[in-house]
Amino acid sequence: MAELAFLKNGPGAPAATVEAFVARAGDEADVAVAPVDAPFGRVWVAVTARGLARVSYDAYDDLLADLAARVSPRVLEAPARADEVRRQLDGYFAGERTMFDLELDWSLVRTPFQRRVLEATAAVPYGASVTYTDVATSAGSPKAVRAAGSALGANPLCIVVPCHRVLRAGGALGGYAGGLDAKRWLLAREADSRTLPR
Amino acid sequence: MPVGPPPFQTFFADHRDAVWRLLVATVGPHDADDCFQETWLAALRVWPPAEEENLRGWLFTIARRKAVDEHRSRARRPLAVEAPEPVSDVGGTDPEPALWDDVRRLPEKQRVAVVHRFVADLDYAEIGAVMGTSAEAARRNVHEGVTKLRKTWQSSRS
Repeated sequence: MAELAFLKNGPGAPAATVEAFVARAGDEADVAVAPVDAPFGRVWVAVTARGLARVSYDAYDDLLADLAARVSPRVLEAPARADEVRRQLDGYFAGERTMFDLELDWSLVRTPFQRRVLEATAAVPYGASVTYTDVATSAGSPKAVRAAGSALGANPLCIVVPCHRVLRAGGALGGYAGGLDAKRWLLAREADSRTLPR
Repeated sequence: MPVGPPPFQTFFADHRDAVWRLLVATVGPHDADDCFQETWLAALRVWPPAEEENLRGWLFTIARRKAVDEHRSRARRPLAVEAPEPVSDVGGTDPEPALWDDVRRLPEKQRVAVVHRFVADLDYAEIGAVMGTSAEAARRNVHEGVTKLRKTWQSSRS
């Protein structure tokens, strides 16, 4: 009914009202997501009561759907809960931090093998690199190089579990969830933490 | 395609504006803020709802309950306000305050049905869920409300 169209035309929820809700509800959500701006693009992080569960290059809607399906549908964008994660990532991007000191929630890791691969990767120091074969070997399955590559490709904790430090034998970059430009940026940052890489 | 309930954040982003408009239309701009937060907190606390629920009907049932609670608590205050304040209080953005007054003067069932139909864009089944009636009764309430508004507006034009 055309005369009633005006009823729909009111303004939407004011930003202050939405923010007030998020401030009250943030702690009640099972998963809090927040954007973090990296020098090479945006990443999204997800925090649960156990700790950091996700550092992701996925599209926002895909990330939310995945978190809802695999962790809990009670997902809310609540940036305040990720303040410490953001602070440490910012420091890392600025070249001022070489280690993360964060509680991690490993619940998005799919298999015990993937967990071993990621833990082997987490032990690779800042500025160093290893090969996919090295990681497969550290995970106890030296022949499972391809599977190790898949496990790293599905790393739920990019950057913090530094899968960008894993390269092909011979030094080729291999793959990266955030794209090879991001991988190059991270490796260059770690190669010279005093100068911002271009 | 993913099965199961959508992420709460997606549901919130998709419906927060409709909930806001509905609350402004039913409790007025001053109480809408509180009702909005109470509605979404309640929704988050029980999220996800049972699989068979119509999600919008479920959400607006919560909003309706919060609006009614607000109305009751306001009625207990010494300086009770009879009807929701004019919606035009919201930044003066509403170009049709007189039309709103007519909507506000409808009998309650018709007013609630019309507002849910045209402010929140619910279908009759969803309005029935909100008001605890059948879809058919919801349709009738909307129809009677709209007919009354048409008559009012025709007579004011002639």
